[in-house]
Amino acid sequence: MTTRKFFSSPWRTLGFVALLLVTFIWLVPLLTALVTAFRSNDDIMLQGGPFSLPREIVLTNFQTAWERGGLSRYLPNSFIITLPSLLLTLFLSSLSAYALARFRFRGNRLIFFLYVGGTLLPFQVLMLPVFRLTDALGLYDTFAGLIAIHTAFQLGFCTFLLRNYMRTVPGEIMEAARIDGCGEFRIWWQIMMPLTMPAIAALATLEFTWIFNDYLWAIVLLRNDALKPVTAGLATLQGQYIMDWTVIVAGALLATVPTIFVFLFLQRYFIEGLTLGATKG
Amino acid sequence: MERRQVLSKSAPYLFLIVPLIIYLIWVVGPMFYSFYLSMTKWDGLSAPVFIGLRNYQKLFKDPVFFVSLKNNLKWVVSFITIPVAAGLGLAMALNRTIPGEKFFKASFYAPMVLSFVVIGLIWSWMYNPAHGLLNQLLRMLRLDSLAIGWLSEKNVVMWAIIVVATWRQVGYVMVLYLAGLQGVDPGLLDASKVDGCSGWQTFRHVIFPLLAPVTVIVVVISIIDSLRAFDLVSVMTRGGPYNSSSVLANFMYIEAFNNYKMGYGAAISVIQFLISVVFIFIYLWRVLQTEMEY
Repeated sequence: MTTRKFFSSPWRTLGFVALLLVTFIWLVPLLTALVTAFRSNDDIMLQGGPFSLPREIVLTNFQTAWERGGLSRYLPNSFIITLPSLLLTLFLSSLSAYALARFRFRGNRLIFFLYVGGTLLPFQVLMLPVFRLTDALGLYDTFAGLIAIHTAFQLGFCTFLLRNYMRTVPGEIMEAARIDGCGEFRIWWQIMMPLTMPAIAALATLEFTWIFNDYLWAIVLLRNDALKPVTAGLATLQGQYIMDWTVIVAGALLATVPTIFVFLFLQRYFIEGLTLGATKG
Repeated sequence: MERRQVLSKSAPYLFLIVPLIIYLIWVVGPMFYSFYLSMTKWDGLSAPVFIGLRNYQKLFKDPVFFVSLKNNLKWVVSFITIPVAAGLGLAMALNRTIPGEKFFKASFYAPMVLSFVVIGLIWSWMYNPAHGLLNQLLRMLRLDSLAIGWLSEKNVVMWAIIVVATWRQVGYVMVLYLAGLQGVDPGLLDASKVDGCSGWQTFRHVIFPLLAPVTVIVVVISIIDSLRAFDLVSVMTRGGPYNSSSVLANFMYIEAFNNYKMGYGAAISVIQFLISVVFIFIYLWRVLQTEMEY
C-alpha cells in the first residue's frame, strides 16, 4: 500500500498518530539519557532540570567516564570475556546439537531435555556451587572462570536451537556423503555446518548481547576491579560519581555502543534468533 | 522423525562427550550441589558444616523472605498481564504494512539489547527525586504532590522497578507474537470477514485462539524471568529501603555475598528453584508436544 493510500482513511491516520505517540513515549528514557550525557551537571541543575534548554553541548562526561571512570578498561574486558565464550559455546553446542539431531541412541531425549531445562534455571541455584568450583580450580577472579560458566550455561540454549534447526536439514544429503565414504566428523564440518550457518549467525548475535550484558556472574566470580566487564564497572562508577548523573549516564551510553552496533547492523538475525528459540519449542 | 535419525553405536557419544561433560560439571552438578549446601553452615572460606534443615527453619521465620516472595509475586502478576497485553497489541498494530514500520519495530526492540545495568541507571536518573524527568514533568503539570521519591517510598519502589522491567519486556513479547502471527493463515481472516465478523470478533474468536501456543510460551517465559529478576533491583535499590524492594534473587545474593551466610543463601536459591521447576516442566511438556507433531 502506498503511503498516500494509507493516509486516505481517517481512522488509519488516527491510529498511526496514536502509534507515533506511544513510540515517542517509549523512547523518552533513551532520549533523556542522550540529552543528559551531552550537558554538564551544573547546566542541568541551574537551568532547572532535563526540560531546560542546554546552554552548551559538552563531551567532557564521556571523557570523564572513559578515563577516570575506568570504561577504557572495563569495555575491553567485556570483549575479552564475551568473544571466547561466544566462540566456545557455539562450537561445542554445534557438536552436541549434531549428535542429538542426527543419531538415534539411548538417552537422546533425556540429554536434550537436560539442555533445554537448564536454560531456564534461576542462576542463583548455580551461583554458590560455581563460586566454590572456580575457587577449587583456581579460576576465581580470573577471566577463565567467567568464560567457563558463560560457555557452559549458554550451551543449553544453543544446543536446543541448533538441534531443532539441524533437524530441518534433509537427511538424504548426509546419507549420500556417508555412502561415499565420508566420516561423521567430515559430514558435520563440511555438510552440516555450512547448512546451519543462518541459525548460527542468528544465535551469535543473540548470544553476544546476552553474554556482553551479563552482570550477575561478573560480580560473583570477579573481585579485582581491573578485570571487571563494563556492566560491573558501571555499578562501580555509579558508586563513585553518586551525584554526577551526567557522567553516570554518559558511561551507560558508552557501555551500550557495542550492543547497539550489533543491533543496528544485525537486527534481522537478532530477532530471528529470538523467534527461533521460542516458537520452535 | 525416527527415520531421519541414524543408528550408530559410538558416533553420537564422540560428538557429545566434551560439551556434555562441561555441561554436567558447570550446570547440572552445581544444581544438585546447591541442595547440599543449603543444609550447611558455610561462610565461603572454611569448609561447609552440615546442619540439616536449620537454614530452612530460619528462612520460614524470616520476614525478609516473605517480603521478597510477595515482591516476586507482584512481579509475576505484572509480567503475565501488562507486557503480554501490550506486546500482543503492538504486534497486532505492526503486523501490516504501515509507513515507518521498521522504525516502529526497532523502537520497541531497542530496550532488549541494553543491559539491565544500563537500563537501571538510565531509569534511576528518570526517577531522580529532585532533577529527574518524571518529577520535573509532574511539577510542570502542577502535580507537585505526586512528585515523590520513586525509589525511596516503601510502597512505591517495587512498582517503580517493575515498570522498568515491563518497559524492556514488551518488545520481546511483541517479537514472539509477530512471529506467531506470521503463521496465521490469511484465508481464515478473509473467511471471518466474509462471515461478517468485526475486527474485534475476528481477533477474539479467530486470531487469539490460534495464538494460544505462543501465549503459553510467553506466559511461562515471563514467569521464569520474573523469578530470576536480579540486576534491576541490584542496580536501582539493592532491595531497599528497608527491604521493601527485595526479591528472592537479591535477598539470596545479599545473604550469601554481603553477609557471608552462604548456606542460608543456598537455601533461598533452592526455594527459588523449586518454584521455577514447576514452570520449567510446563515448558518441557510444551517442547515434547511439538516434538510429537513431527
